Amino acid sequence: MELLLVILIGVLYATGIFMLLRRSMVKLLIGLILLGNGANLLIFLLGRITKGAPPVIDSAAKFFTDVYADPIPQALILTAIVISFGLQAFAIVLLKRVYVLINSDDLDDLNTPEEEDI
Amino acid sequence: MKSTILKTASIYLLPILLLFSIFILLRGHYFPGGGFVGGLIAAIAFVLHSFTHGTEATLKLLRIHPSALIPVGLALAAISMFAPMLNGQPVMTGLWFDQPVPVIGLIGSALFFDIGVYVVVIGVVLTILFTIAQYSG
Amino acid sequence: MTDNTLILSVIIHLFTAIVLLALWRKTVAQRIISVVGSVVAMVIAIRLFTAVWDNGILTMQAAGWDAPFGITFVADVFSSTMVLLTSFSGIAVSIYSATGVARGRMLYGYFPILHLLLMGLNGAFLTGDIFNLYVWFEVIIIASFVLMTLGGRRAQIEGSVKYMAMNVLASTFFLTGIGILYGITGTLNMADLSLKIAALENRKLVDIVSIFFIVGFGIKSAVFPLYFWLPSSYHTPPSAVAAIFGGLLTKVGIYALFRVFTLIFIPDEFLRTLLVVLAIFTILTGSFGAVIKNNIRRVFSYLIVCHIGFMVGGLGMYSEIAITGALFYLIHDMMVKTNIFLIAGLIRKLRGTMNMDKLGGLYAEYPLLSLVVALVLFSLVGIPPLSGFWPKIYLFEAGFMDAQYPLLVAIIIGSFVTLYVIAKLWAKVFWKNQPTLPAEENYTDEFKPMSAFRKSLLVVPIVFLMAIALYIGLAAENVALVAKHIARDMKDMTPYIEAVLGTNVSP
Repeated sequence: MELLLVILIGVLYATGIFMLLRRSMVKLLIGLILLGNGANLLIFLLGRITKGAPPVIDSAAKFFTDVYADPIPQALILTAIVISFGLQAFAIVLLKRVYVLINSDDLDDLNTPEEEDI
Repeated sequence: MKSTILKTASIYLLPILLLFSIFILLRGHYFPGGGFVGGLIAAIAFVLHSFTHGTEATLKLLRIHPSALIPVGLALAAISMFAPMLNGQPVMTGLWFDQPVPVIGLIGSALFFDIGVYVVVIGVVLTILFTIAQYSG
Repeated sequence: MTDNTLILSVIIHLFTAIVLLALWRKTVAQRIISVVGSVVAMVIAIRLFTAVWDNGILTMQAAGWDAPFGITFVADVFSSTMVLLTSFSGIAVSIYSATGVARGRMLYGYFPILHLLLMGLNGAFLTGDIFNLYVWFEVIIIASFVLMTLGGRRAQIEGSVKYMAMNVLASTFFLTGIGILYGITGTLNMADLSLKIAALENRKLVDIVSIFFIVGFGIKSAVFPLYFWLPSSYHTPPSAVAAIFGGLLTKVGIYALFRVFTLIFIPDEFLRTLLVVLAIFTILTGSFGAVIKNNIRRVFSYLIVCHIGFMVGGLGMYSEIAITGALFYLIHDMMVKTNIFLIAGLIRKLRGTMNMDKLGGLYAEYPLLSLVVALVLFSLVGIPPLSGFWPKIYLFEAGFMDAQYPLLVAIIIGSFVTLYVIAKLWAKVFWKNQPTLPAEENYTDEFKPMSAFRKSLLVVPIVFLMAIALYIGLAAENVALVAKHIARDMKDMTPYIEAVLGTNVSP
């Protein structure tokens, strides 16, 4: 499971960076999404994947003896997912607006000089 | 969309999904669920309705524009976050009523926070999706 | 010491934003409430600063979960100074926006987003938890995306694509760093991380993680190879927005660099050299970029990059006196950079353009206003005894003590180029006569026909920030006292760690 996740994270980061380096804006966005997913999986992996009980101590017991799963990575990932949901929704609307304005998907077309520039 | 089956089904699905979203919202304190997921489910119910009946019809059904829900939900969440401060406790400390309410169980400030999140999520998701829908339509 | 009211600086902006959202499209009421909210925030920030100055570090454990398990909010002198300066910039921008921002932008939620941005800034300064810092950074960048694109002119949209892509990338780097950090230490509380990282055997892994943080914060604070998004986007939004961006957003990156690299990763020889080299190139590229540009706001954008180098260089030298200098510079820079973008907006109102070749004759027409502007520009350059001068003395002293001669040369070049650029700007915009333009480019003075009240809404923030910059320059010994206090705290973080984790920490 760990090895599979390690390979998957590597693939996600690699494809994400490859997509970022393309000139198309949609591919740029896809690259950012892939990178974000890679980061989320990385947190999940590094938070130790253990199958176990939730870390809640029974009121009768004094110590926790079972194997327990760390809930913090999941909380972190959930937060990161919610944040990236907002960011991606914004980015899609922004790119659509850009497409309407300049009628092109190419990042090189984003350099209209303003009238007051040199 | 012109599918009669989907159109008829969505009318029945809307109340069921809304009820389910409230169920998810209320079980969120001890079990998987909560305001965010509940809000998303409720938003999906309205989005399904807008698929079949058109965005205008859904807006008419909602009576208020979904963006008006955002400040309401934010205010509810913020007040339940900061209410413990009046008590001299740190923010977000859970305040609980002594007597359990039938069906729901113990009620605390966490529930009101979740309801606030639920309302904000409905407002934000519907605003985003309806804006995109009207923009491209 | 525990103080549950330190979070008020965050709450006040949240509640202001909620009220403003409820008043959607009522622009007159929004303007009034925005200013009122900013004033209240300033009062709270002043109270917080005096409380921290008198009583030492204040902490608040959110929801009553003790550190290191819950999220801790910490106000030490550094954080509370930043909150105070943010409130000054916030109030100036919110007054300026009342006339400086077009009504169309206000209709689409300019003011609520502005206050959410300020809330994010205050939260980032006050948090003591590294993941919470990430969340506040996201609040800041989402709010800044909206402010950046609001209005939707073509240049603005184009600039914001670059801005968005680079900032999201920076957040991903930051998040990756946090993930690895949690994997190797099992904690997120910054004070606890400081202890756990110091005790860690595997130093190579720590170095690798710290590079993730340098890249993440480096993009946000516009350090040398990562700054290209800044000059290509900061000249596009309305001036009030550019002022908040230029004055505060890059500085929150600098704040995070200082916080993380004094508390969690103590820079070793390699990291210090890396930071110094980055600082040298940041200063040089930023200043040379400023020389060739002709648009006032583009010049100022490059000057931001140039002056970021001074602060990173101070961190790179890492002696107490160097950090004092860098922090003094940070305090001065936040006030002056906000102000110069407001001035750029005012010049646009006067002449309808920001191209230096088409401007001129402002001194003849508005002598008093020009004097105010001159004081601000001189503060930026650092003509003694104004505010930009004193931090450089500390930086020079530290540079000679550490024998960092390349950095010293870069700082001298950076200072002289700043002087040259500002002198050119002054001569071209204020002293030379108004050039005769072709008839179709004739300007309209939007400022002159305004009522006295509307005029004062534009001028008062500039005078207010100028007064603060003057205070920083003329009462430099007080500001130096604050900067030295922070630098001393940074060199010895035990008080911070003890305040967060309780008093059971053995040195």
